[in-house]
Amino acid sequence: MILSNTDTITGYRITNHIGLVQGNTVRAKHVGRDLMAGLKNIVGGELKGYTELLEDARKEATARMISEAEAKGANAIVNVRFSTSAITAGASELYVYGTAVLIA
Amino acid sequence: MSGLILSAILLLVGVFFGTRTQKKHIADLQAREAAMAHMLITNLKTLPASGKPPVLVTGSVVIAFDYFRRFIAGFVMLVGGRVTMYETMLDRARREALLRLLEKADAAGAREVHNIRFEFSRVGSSSQQASVGGGAELLAYGTAVL
Repeated sequence: MILSNTDTITGYRITNHIGLVQGNTVRAKHVGRDLMAGLKNIVGGELKGYTELLEDARKEATARMISEAEAKGANAIVNVRFSTSAITAGASELYVYGTAVLIA
Repeated sequence: MSGLILSAILLLVGVFFGTRTQKKHIADLQAREAAMAHMLITNLKTLPASGKPPVLVTGSVVIAFDYFRRFIAGFVMLVGGRVTMYETMLDRARREALLRLLEKADAAGAREVHNIRFEFSRVGSSSQQASVGGGAELLAYGTAVL
């Protein structure tokens, strides 16, 4: 599966547009991580626990999008976009979407 | 009274450690940016011709809004104008996210990354109330050409 956030992939020709594919996941942090984040809010700096959590979540959302594209018989996803939204106080939604295509 | 003392302590801790980590981080960023100087980065939507399939790469960082900066920013917001400490903080975070992306692309053997996008979102315990802390995520993503 070839992923790209550009409209076209140079060197390949899109033979068939299959349609929009998407993957999402909602993650909440656990108490231990939040405690560390609380301390970090005094001195500043990176919240490593959160970075890892969101990276993991983004990978999962991407994997869901890829499996949807595979199920539809695509071999590439173009124009991939990421978006994150805080839905409640402790949880974030990670959403990834793109257009599944057949390339040759 | 005890609340006032606690605030003062938190402020001092914030000033001392915050400034120190900021200096260290900027030095670190400059060194890593110099190491990545051979990479071509653009936000153009078309890729150059290449025999190999491109790879989607991402880099992200979550930063904390610290007590000292929120405190000072609170004052600045009374009168308006530039909130320099937030500017520096967001700049550091964006550079860090971009560097992580470049390092991943470099490890994958790419020399060019195109169509780079930045995404910002608030996360953490108080995403609705910017004044109480929490953090923000900066995500950079783009297409690496091998």
